[in-house]
Amino acid sequence: MHSAPSYSAPPREPLSNRLKSLFFNSPLDALVTLVCLFVFSYLIYSIVDWAFLSSVWRAEDEATCRETDGACWSVIDARHRIIFFGLFPYEEHWRSTVACVVMILTMIASCVSWFWTTVRLGVLWIAGFGLFYILMHGGIFGLSVITPERWGGLALTIFIFAAVSIIGMPLSVLLALGRRSKLPVIARLIGLLIDFVRSLPLLTILFTAAVITPFLLPGWLLGDKLYRVIAGFALFFACYQAENIRAGLQSIPSGQDEAGLTLGLNYWQRVSRIQLPQAFRNSLPAIVNQFVITFKETSIVTIVGFFEILASGAAAYGTGVWTVHYIEVYVFIGLIYFIFVFSLSRYGAHLEKKLRVGHA
Amino acid sequence: MGTLLRNRKFREAVFQAVVISAVAVILVAMVMNTRATLAAQSLTTGYGFLDRSTGWDFSFSVLPYTINDTYAKTILIGILNTLLLGFLGIFFATLIGIIVGLVRTSRNYLFSLLGTVYVEIFRNVPLILQAVFWYSIVSHLPKPRAALSLGDTVFLTGRGVYLPALNISILAVIAALVLAALWLWQLRRLRKRLYNEGAYRSIRLIGSLALLLAIVVICYLARTPDTPLINMPALKGLNFKGGLRFPPELTALVLAIALYGGAYIGEVVRAGLMSVPRGQIEAGFVNGLKSSHIFTRIRLPLAVRAVLPSLTNQYVQLMKATTIGLVVGFSDFFMIISTSINQSGQTLELLSILMGGFLIINLSIAYVMNTINRKIAIKGYEVKG
Repeated sequence: MHSAPSYSAPPREPLSNRLKSLFFNSPLDALVTLVCLFVFSYLIYSIVDWAFLSSVWRAEDEATCRETDGACWSVIDARHRIIFFGLFPYEEHWRSTVACVVMILTMIASCVSWFWTTVRLGVLWIAGFGLFYILMHGGIFGLSVITPERWGGLALTIFIFAAVSIIGMPLSVLLALGRRSKLPVIARLIGLLIDFVRSLPLLTILFTAAVITPFLLPGWLLGDKLYRVIAGFALFFACYQAENIRAGLQSIPSGQDEAGLTLGLNYWQRVSRIQLPQAFRNSLPAIVNQFVITFKETSIVTIVGFFEILASGAAAYGTGVWTVHYIEVYVFIGLIYFIFVFSLSRYGAHLEKKLRVGHA
Repeated sequence: MGTLLRNRKFREAVFQAVVISAVAVILVAMVMNTRATLAAQSLTTGYGFLDRSTGWDFSFSVLPYTINDTYAKTILIGILNTLLLGFLGIFFATLIGIIVGLVRTSRNYLFSLLGTVYVEIFRNVPLILQAVFWYSIVSHLPKPRAALSLGDTVFLTGRGVYLPALNISILAVIAALVLAALWLWQLRRLRKRLYNEGAYRSIRLIGSLALLLAIVVICYLARTPDTPLINMPALKGLNFKGGLRFPPELTALVLAIALYGGAYIGEVVRAGLMSVPRGQIEAGFVNGLKSSHIFTRIRLPLAVRAVLPSLTNQYVQLMKATTIGLVVGFSDFFMIISTSINQSGQTLELLSILMGGFLIINLSIAYVMNTINRKIAIKGYEVKG
């Protein structure tokens, strides 16, 4: 038996050479590197100094805020409950906290590929969302009833995002299939709807849902304003998501569907077993990206009068000694958004890389 | 009957007819319900209210106005305000985007990291939060008497940002721009027709000088009489007089849209620059072109063509994003419409104007960009958008 010939990897360039080619290729390059080093160290120093070194952390120390140039995190210490929970009754804040944790865990779990079947995802989201709703709304298990008008802060933001996703996702699949339907009337009508909604700003849709629908619909069909806005938001989301899914559907070779036809599968079998699994795989990055955008856009509901995290942030610095500390509050809220949006978009980028395996 | 039911064509036709009738029934029911609601609230319908005067004030206008102006004019002002905001926001976002795209494609790791940090911060925080953040900073700038000044020409105050302005009527500026555009257009035609490079160059030189002279004459003639050409802002009493004032609402929104859009456009530009095949650049090197020429004659033109469709998309998105003006009290199209609805009660008519307006604005952007896209396409290099 022959032993496999031993190959050795090409020799690595010494570290100093690699560093040189990365940072000091030419005199200009060296200058740029030095300037960048200076800029970075200056930025990092100023931020660390502002946020940590000369900042004040405890609510009781508010008086010392005026003597320092650093951040006054006292405002967060004193008012974080209003940012997270809005007008939710104080004694029940634990319910809002648990509800948010449940929903965040649901979102994290749905990023695990083991859950990626219709049944598992459906069960996961209905269970997670149901638990969230029960905890927030109460009325059973001896929990007192808290109506949605008193929901607010981060909990309301998460509720809107979750509700929009849970309604919007199935709707988007239907819209995408409808637009590709062989029946001309269905395809045209749905195409018209999608193009119309996509040409309008989200705010006009939310505004229509909040203010205009009372004219269009009879009273018995009108839900709470919050639910109407969520329905409008979900339609908007579904129209965008449908186009992503449609792109995924279009990239499947027609032979796949024809193979299903020759095997005698009916339409729904072909859709659920052949078309959609491949479509989702093809456009997963775009679909995740749409969730990223949607999470950011939940902040727009503040304009139609909801007390979500942005509005509750304004309330947090709106009174008493805290009015001068608006920067700290906005940085804090910005950080919360950043954590959610950044991790979701990193996940999208990770998926894109992972799914590219096997493709040219 | 049984055979008819088993006929697929027939079933499809019936199904579609049912869908059409259902949609029609729902629409009719909506119209009837609306009529009933309107009648119950004794509201009149129709666009007659557009001729009524509004009687309310708003924060910002590009045109002179009074509170006695009609609804039609007020709404027009709202549209113009939105267009101004959109134009400024998109202009600066593109500028920032090009810079960020170049920085991010730099071979120097630290330099490109700088771009990455910028993009990640500004792309991952909602635009509306950025707008209120900048608004709270801009409106808390010092009072005019303690204004921050940049070289005594630009003044930053809590009442707005003051810039030097020209004492020239806006019509003259437009005339000068139109003249310049016409000349550039003529040059392009000449370039195609004249094969003699020397003749083309001398015509270009003489024509450009003539254009410059014409613009100077126009500016001189159209100047407001007995005033210096440049109108500097100056502190008079408690406030600044003269110059061009950017109110805090507009400043904050332009800042937010420019920084947020800049991050997105930066990514588009980066993708465009990366999409240029290496061979094209190497071919330039082989032919002995300077690296500045390789950039301006090879990389940039190819990148621009590659990114135009996604750039169009970004512009439309940014234009739609201007509707957040309400959150800082900038009287844009949406805010004017929503105030009009509160004041006049003509909900459906005003909503139709709002939707129609946005449809027209967005379609125009897409049309202009697609035309440019078609015009500059290179044979064999068309990008399917």
